[in-house]
Amino acid sequence: MTEHFPAILVMTPILGSVLILLIRNDRANWLLAVLSSFSVVFCSIALYMKISVNGPISYAMGGWEPPVGIEYRIDELNALFIVMISLASFAIILYARNSLNNEIRKNKISIFYSMYLLCLAGLIGILSTGDAFNAFVFLEISSLATYIIISIGQDKRALVAAYQYLIMGTIGATLYVIGVGLIFVITGSLNLVDIADRIRDIELMRPLYASLAFITVGIALKIALFPLHAWLPNAYAYSPSVGTAFLSSTATKVAIYLLMKYLYLVFGYSIIYSNPLFMIVIISLSLAAMFGASIIAIFQSNIKKLFAYSSVAQIGYITLGLGIANYNGLIGSTVHIINHSIIKAAIFLAIGCVIYKTKETSIKKLAGLGKKMPIIAVCLTIASISLIGVPGTVGFISKWYLVLGAIEQGWWLVVVSLAISSLLALIYVGRVIELIWFHEPEKDMIIVKDKLPKEMLIITIILTGATIYFGVDIRLTADLARVAVENVLFAGEVL
Amino acid sequence: MNILSNLISSYNYYIIIFLMVSGLFIVVARGNMVKKLIGLALFQTSVYILYISPGKILNGTPPILRDDLIIYSSPFPHVLILTAIVVGISTLSLGLALVIRINEEFGTIEEDKLFEKEL
Repeated sequence: MTEHFPAILVMTPILGSVLILLIRNDRANWLLAVLSSFSVVFCSIALYMKISVNGPISYAMGGWEPPVGIEYRIDELNALFIVMISLASFAIILYARNSLNNEIRKNKISIFYSMYLLCLAGLIGILSTGDAFNAFVFLEISSLATYIIISIGQDKRALVAAYQYLIMGTIGATLYVIGVGLIFVITGSLNLVDIADRIRDIELMRPLYASLAFITVGIALKIALFPLHAWLPNAYAYSPSVGTAFLSSTATKVAIYLLMKYLYLVFGYSIIYSNPLFMIVIISLSLAAMFGASIIAIFQSNIKKLFAYSSVAQIGYITLGLGIANYNGLIGSTVHIINHSIIKAAIFLAIGCVIYKTKETSIKKLAGLGKKMPIIAVCLTIASISLIGVPGTVGFISKWYLVLGAIEQGWWLVVVSLAISSLLALIYVGRVIELIWFHEPEKDMIIVKDKLPKEMLIITIILTGATIYFGVDIRLTADLARVAVENVLFAGEVL
Repeated sequence: MNILSNLISSYNYYIIIFLMVSGLFIVVARGNMVKKLIGLALFQTSVYILYISPGKILNGTPPILRDDLIIYSSPFPHVLILTAIVVGISTLSLGLALVIRINEEFGTIEEDKLFEKEL
């Protein structure tokens, strides 16, 4: 049984999503969604335990041995991310029920659950597959589900946001496929381990660079790396709050992992550093994201959009770690993927609670929230503070590693930029916090619902607690990230 | 002469690149949402040909295992592209469904007019 966990991880959510569409009963659907995401959590944690003892697992899908068949390869790094996204999606689905009932039309709810699980399956698939083309298929599975999740949002602009994401996302995935096609023509293989072996003997650099460029740009569209982020703010702003929390804490993170895998495990250090321009581009785009998106965030009037732009900025930090590319930089990246996922889940779930009670997303209308909804306001404040990177919160841990990495490389400009962009984060977060706590509530702030459902409150508090807890106790985040980087990204590499 | 022989020997790639770029151009340059999707479909289709054409070997037969057939085309790209076609169709149909809903809600599928209406 346990040896089939990699396949079960992907199969259960897909089965669940099909069953939900067949049953279409509100309560049963929610239970089914909770059950399937719980089984994913269980399997992923069991798998991680197994890997941390026995080392990486290679699973031949359908009994077809790699490199011909599709290989699922689980190592410390992607197992960590699988655990992360399964826990995040489990927490969010527990929270989802009342929030969804309140925000979207009754007949759409089962579709939402179904797409949620399908997206989860796609994301786990991207993480665990060791086959370049299979990764594309899962990328499209998760993306198609994402488009639907976004379009379900009640605001009619959600449709346009979903359409725009569909165009951008499909272009991204197609560019990725072009890159994979070029690799396939050069090396004759689609198995990533196999490609990594053969690619070192290739002497013709031009097609290799072309495929590197296609794959990077294609995945960057999915990541929403700065100039390619245009789809993200609207998509986050108009999808249901549960959907926003799910997408911001899982979808972009998985795409970043895919990029990480291609850069360091498939192409390898020797190729990506054979042309210094490549890393310069990645680093300057990350810096542009950190500044540009933070500055745009300062001027937003919709709170979901503000944190969406903040997501773009935070993605800049993660890709910056990829660009720094030494030991600490990569740990910073890995740990920030996890930390940012916790932070954004907490923030968007807290905003979901606010929307549940007031139906408001405009920042001005949130004035005096601290008096009306003190607990949620505290959660929102703490989670936002950890976005800045205040010591004692998760944001600090990841920035610490990034700064360490940048100092080791001797890039003082990057260190200074990290500090300045944290200040920018302070401005946009500070604006929200000031309004929440130090302004009198507006008279026309309407409380639609009196009582916040217990599970929404509890999940938000737990996630907010996690942003503090993992800021102090780093055994489960940074230490595991270190193990992953040591064993996977730096395995056999001498730097 | 060199350029000409290059052009002739790999004319398929030139066609692919032409299709690819024209597809992308339509996506970027057209404001009509249906036309954008057509461009997207063209872009994706060009990629299918990019995969299929290197699999073909001159004088090769279809990939059937028989003793008297020695040279045959690689079946691998076809398998991949079958999957990619399915993905392409589902993307296109979801896109068209979204366009229908947008038309119902906003009364237009021209992006300029949509952005005028707010957004």
